[in-house]
Amino acid sequence: MRLEADLRLVRDRFRLDVRLEVGAAEVVVMLGPNGAGKSTVLSCLAGLLALDAGHVRLGDDVHDDPSAGVFVPPQARGVGVVFQDYLLFPHLTASENVAFGLRCAGRSRREARREAGGWLERMGLGDLGSARPGALSGGQAQRVALARALAPSPRLLLLDEPLAALDVGARALVRAELRRHLRDFAGCTVLVTHDPLDAMVLADRVVVVEDGRVVQTGPPAEVARAPRTAYVADLVGLNLYRGRARDGRVALDGGGELQSSGAPDGPVLLTFPPSAVSLHRSRPEGSARNAWPGRISGIEHHGVSVRVAVDARPPVLADVTTAAVAELGLEPGQQVWASVKATEVHAAPAQG
Amino acid sequence: MLWLPAALALAFLVLPLLALLLRTPWHTVPDLLLTEEVGRALRLSLVCATSATGICLVLGVPLAWVLARARFPGRSLVRALVTVPLVLPPVVGGVALLLLLGRRGVLGSHLDRWFGISLPFTTSAVVVAEAFVALPFLVVAVEGALRGADRRYEDAAATLGASRLTIFRRVTLPLVLPGVGAGAVLCFARALGEFGATITFAGSYPGVTRTMPLEVYLALETDPDRAVVLSLLLLAVSVAVLVGLRDRWLTGGGGP
Repeated sequence: MRLEADLRLVRDRFRLDVRLEVGAAEVVVMLGPNGAGKSTVLSCLAGLLALDAGHVRLGDDVHDDPSAGVFVPPQARGVGVVFQDYLLFPHLTASENVAFGLRCAGRSRREARREAGGWLERMGLGDLGSARPGALSGGQAQRVALARALAPSPRLLLLDEPLAALDVGARALVRAELRRHLRDFAGCTVLVTHDPLDAMVLADRVVVVEDGRVVQTGPPAEVARAPRTAYVADLVGLNLYRGRARDGRVALDGGGELQSSGAPDGPVLLTFPPSAVSLHRSRPEGSARNAWPGRISGIEHHGVSVRVAVDARPPVLADVTTAAVAELGLEPGQQVWASVKATEVHAAPAQG
Repeated sequence: MLWLPAALALAFLVLPLLALLLRTPWHTVPDLLLTEEVGRALRLSLVCATSATGICLVLGVPLAWVLARARFPGRSLVRALVTVPLVLPPVVGGVALLLLLGRRGVLGSHLDRWFGISLPFTTSAVVVAEAFVALPFLVVAVEGALRGADRRYEDAAATLGASRLTIFRRVTLPLVLPGVGAGAVLCFARALGEFGATITFAGSYPGVTRTMPLEVYLALETDPDRAVVLSLLLLAVSVAVLVGLRDRWLTGGGGP
C-alpha cells in the first residue's frame, strides 16, 4: 500500500502544486499556515475536489487522473476522513455515527452496531454509544470521529486539524492518544495541522506547505533543526527532545539531561523556543538553570535576530540579538555555554 | 413617527377576526357544528388538504433538492416557474388546470379517451387544485432549509461510502426535517383555505367537492349564522397551524 499523489489545481487566484508520497503505516504531517492549501490537498485526496492535472494513486488503484479521464468519487475510494470540526451527524448517536460507514459497506444492522461498539470500546468510550454528538466533550467527539473514519477499514486516513477544536488543556492528552491510534493503523495517514507541536509528536515525516507548494520535507527533528526557509524557521524553530522524566529531571533519549519544572513522570516531549536560550562565554551563575557546554556549529541571520546552532548534549538552537553576537564575539567552532530556565522548558506527556 | 401606521396595520389585521368572534352566535354553535353538512365539508376539507400535502411532500422535496443542489442550465428559470402559482390568481390556476386536465383539455382528452378517467368535478380534482396552489409554498420552504444546511455533512457521508440516495435519506433529510415540517404546515394551511382554483376546476358538489371555504361562501347567502360558525371553525384550524409553526416564526429571528 502506497499513496502517490501529484496534485495540481487552480482555484480563483490560488494555485496548488503538491507532490506527496506516503508509505504503508507511515504518518505524514502536512504543516503550514492557514490558506497554504493543506485542506485543499485533503479534499483532493478524499475525492471531494477534482484535480486539474496530475494524479492520485492509492496502491494499484488510480483515483484521479484528468489526462486519462479517470475520477473516482469519494464513495468508492476507501478513504477515511476526520474533518476539522468532526462533522458528526447531529441526529445520530455516537454508535450510529460509527456504524454509518459499516452500514454503507453492506454490514447488517446488528453486525454494524456490534462493530461500532467495539470501536467505541477501543477509544475508551464504551459507555457513550447512545450519546448524541451534542452531549460529547471536544475530546470525546474527536475520538468518535476517528472511530467513524477507521471503522470501514480505509486504506488511507486523512485528518484535518484534528486537535484545533480542543482547548489547550485537553490537547496534549488527546494528542498523545491520537499518536497511539495512528501507530496502530496499517494504512497510509496524512494529517494536516498548523501547530508545529502536532507535527513533532505525530509525524514520521513532515511536509511543510507554503502558498500551495511544498517547501521542505523530512523527519520532524531534521526539519526542526535545519529549517530551510525563514518561514519554516519561524514555524517549527523549536528545540524539541524526547526523554523520560522523573521528579522534574528529564533524561533525554539522545543523551544529556534537562530540568523541566512540572514535567510528569514517564515519557515526555520537551520543547522550548530558541528565544528562551541564552549563550555565555563561561559557565553561567545561578542554580535554577539548565546550563551545558557546546560548540557553535552554525550562525544564521533572521532579520533582527541571529539563530545560533550549538552542537552539544543536547544540541540546541538559540536566538540572540546581533548586539549579543558582537559582544560575545560568537563565531562557528567557538566553545559556549547554553542555558535555559527550567520554567521555560515545556513538557508534554508522550506515549509510546 | 412610525408607531401610528404600525398600530393601524395591526388593528387592520386583528379587528376583522375580533368582529368574527363578537358576532358568533355562540348559543347555536354546537347545533350548527354538529349538522351533517358541516361534518361532511370538514371531513372533505381535511382529507383533501392532507392528500394534497402528501403529494406536495412526495414531489416537492425532490424538486427543492434539485433546485438547491443540482447544477444545470436554466435553473433560475425553473425556480421562477415554481413560484408562478404563488403569485397567480387561484382562479386563473383553476382555468389553466381545466384547460390541461378537463375533458377536452390538452392531456385530459387523452385521459378520457384512453383510460376513461375524467378528473374535473371530482374529489381528486379538489386535491389536484389544492396541490397546484400549495406546492410552491413547500418547495420554497424546503429549498431554503436545504441551502441553509451545512453541505459538509454530505461530504462526510460520501467519504464513508454512502450513495447519493443514502446521503439524502440518512443525512440531508434528517438535517432539514424542521424546514420540511414548516413547509408541510404552510402547504397544508394553504390547501385547506383553497377556494378559487377549487371552485373553478372541481366545482361545488356537496360531499364531493364542496370543501369548507366553499361551504362558507354558499352559507353566507342562505344562512349567515352558519357561515360565521364555519368561519370560526376555519379560524380555529388556522390558529392550530400557527401554534405548529410558533417555534419557527413567533420566536423571531431565523425562519424562511
